[in-house]
Amino acid sequence: MNSLQRNQGQSMARHSTVRVFVPGDTTARSMGADAVAEEITRLAVKPKGSVEVIRNGSRGLYWLEPLVEVEREGERFAYGPIEPSDVSGLFAADFLNSNDHPKALGSTESIPYLAAQSRLTFCRVGITEPLSLEDYQKYGGYKGLEKAVGMAGDEIISTVTESGLRGRGGAAFPTGIKWKTVLETSAEQKYITCNADEGDSGTFADRMIMESDPFVLIEGMTIAGLAVGATQGYIYLRAEYPLAIEIMTKAIAIAYSAGYLGKNVTGSSKIFHLEVREAAGAYICGEETAMLESLEGKRGQIRFRPPLPAVKGLFGAPTVVNNVITLASVPIILAKGADYYKNYGSGRSRGTLTVQLSGNIERAGLVEIAFGQPLGQFLEEFGGDTATGRPIRAVQAGGPLGAYLHPSQFKTPLDYEAFAEIGAMIGHGGLVVFDDSTDMGEQARFAMEFCAIESCGKCTPCRIGSVRGVEVIDRIRNGENEHMNLELLRDLCDTMIEGSLCALGGMAPFPVISVLDHFSEDMRARDPKRT
Amino acid sequence: MNDSQESAEENQRIFAILEREASRPGPLLPVLHAIQNQLGFIPEYAVPIVAQALNLSRAEVHGVISFYHLFRTSPPGKRTLYICRAEACQSMGARALESHAKQSLGVSFHGTTQDGRYSLEPIYCLGNCACSPSVMIDKTVHGKVTPERLDELLAEESGPEHGKA
Ligand SMILES: Cc1cc2nc3c(=O)[nH]c(=O)nc-3n(C[C@H](O)[C@H](O)[C@H](O)COP(=O)(O)O)c2cc1C
Ligand code: SF4
Ligand code: FES
Repeated sequence: MNSLQRNQGQSMARHSTVRVFVPGDTTARSMGADAVAEEITRLAVKPKGSVEVIRNGSRGLYWLEPLVEVEREGERFAYGPIEPSDVSGLFAADFLNSNDHPKALGSTESIPYLAAQSRLTFCRVGITEPLSLEDYQKYGGYKGLEKAVGMAGDEIISTVTESGLRGRGGAAFPTGIKWKTVLETSAEQKYITCNADEGDSGTFADRMIMESDPFVLIEGMTIAGLAVGATQGYIYLRAEYPLAIEIMTKAIAIAYSAGYLGKNVTGSSKIFHLEVREAAGAYICGEETAMLESLEGKRGQIRFRPPLPAVKGLFGAPTVVNNVITLASVPIILAKGADYYKNYGSGRSRGTLTVQLSGNIERAGLVEIAFGQPLGQFLEEFGGDTATGRPIRAVQAGGPLGAYLHPSQFKTPLDYEAFAEIGAMIGHGGLVVFDDSTDMGEQARFAMEFCAIESCGKCTPCRIGSVRGVEVIDRIRNGENEHMNLELLRDLCDTMIEGSLCALGGMAPFPVISVLDHFSEDMRARDPKRT
Repeated sequence: MNDSQESAEENQRIFAILEREASRPGPLLPVLHAIQNQLGFIPEYAVPIVAQALNLSRAEVHGVISFYHLFRTSPPGKRTLYICRAEACQSMGARALESHAKQSLGVSFHGTTQDGRYSLEPIYCLGNCACSPSVMIDKTVHGKVTPERLDELLAEESGPEHGKA
């Protein structure tokens, strides 16, 4: 595939080269982007002007992938979704120079889905070539680090605290406060660890950052290192993301050779080393203490707390654990100031939320917006109808441990506190849509099944409770002692919530309870006529 | 080649990996990944060598291998088909796709087809949820996969023309 990149540009006169962008992220490729790029390169040989095919990141307008863009006089125009068989038609319609094609979408930035967003953390995603450090710098990259090298650790931390940034991995803990604890714990060695395990189904924001703008994560981690006095960072990266591992690893090598990592970060004589560590497919390793165990080379079992990782984390040293999006939001906060970031958002949820919209929905993709928009309005504005054209039955928010929301709850604003009030969670920002053909009893059963598969086994309510949960749901659905078993299921959920050591066992009951409360018609003996 | 020669060579490969990886802090996962990348799985004979080199007990190494879903202790088929079983894919027909795959290949999860061409594994989210349902064949992700499309992919990927991968 590398031969495709910059295929002809070099030898031809610069000004006659037209730049054509074909995204190279996992999702674009999963929809055939590589074949499209090859076809464009192949057919571009014929017309006179030369074409440079660039594999950019994805804009996150995933229902339009592969989304091909052409640059004309500095502005980019989109076409999508493009299949390899469309490419000859694009050339026939002279897409390099005119917008006259049935799949033409006009100026990319004016596509309403994108125009309505506030892209702060994702400001470069889809625009730049992921591994081009030159692109990164040209579009505002490393401005945050430039400022940070001239600041004291506690100054950096105050800026992050004032911005209101809270952890985007799920627990929404204020990032500045966490960093302060690490700064104030004296130790010879401290660590910055990035939680890139992105285990929640329906989420892909971390993957997009790592595949489409990897330097922003490196910059964010470097700033974190300067802030707390840590000289070593690890990115604990999901094994299910082979492309992200490849791109992140390459980006780190590039940053080292450009002097952005290593013993003398940007000539400041500060030290920061960074390395990718591949996970091995255990959902629980997304929990921070299990992640640390795993980084140490052990089974990913939960640690008792206290001590907090900030005090005694990786190899016993004070350790920052942050999600990819949290860390990737730090550079823009440093570059543009705390107020700039804080001015987005609502209530105590400041800045932007990167919503990942997926499942049975017409326009699935990445939407970065200020906190506060009501869920229903959000779904209409961005998502449109379901993909199947049937009514929406439910939306699961916040991953496999999150509640299934009933349409009657769709007025809830996208805001941490508002979601918590209705027993739901924003979590990492995933919204998965289900249509009215969904058997919600089956979804409840899966929540328990998933917990049973992924339990680390350390405590009984989770390890045994989840297996029992599956059995009880099966009995209810088989019409055995329905009433008694429904009560038993509620009790079991309570026991798991109260007695589990961590949120896997402690929250897996939430989707089950939401089905019991809002979709009770599906939690009874199955109609034998329905399959 | 006699048995002892063969096993000496096998051991040599593990030693080479250890030499490369063992000096890192927390080396066990990188070592196990490297072994699996090279051999396709983590063979039993590697366990005592790794244990000794890293100053661990065999039980500890076994414990780690068995904890993580993506480590395997038996040889995989020529290719591995991972089917996403998580919620976004469920909402777009992953359950039917899973049944179809099991039927087409004639195996259940963690099984390998009789001709050794495919191993079938469950996976819980490939981050490709916006184009669900998703599958991954070795390291290549495919989106919006219908049962028909899956059959095509399986035929394509195992055909002789696929020499390039
Ligand atoms: C079962 C479980 C799974 C989790 N998975 C992830 C994950 O995949 N990625 C992540 O960033 N945080 C995950 N978390 C949250 C982490 O424990 C932790 O709160 C987070 O990484 C801290 O970073 P943040 O403050 O930047 O959000 C998970 C928590 C639990 C209980
Ligand atoms: S709740 Fe489950 S995953 Fe969490 S510590 Fe207990 S057994 Fe482990
Ligand atoms: S849920 Fe299947 S790819 Fe995410």
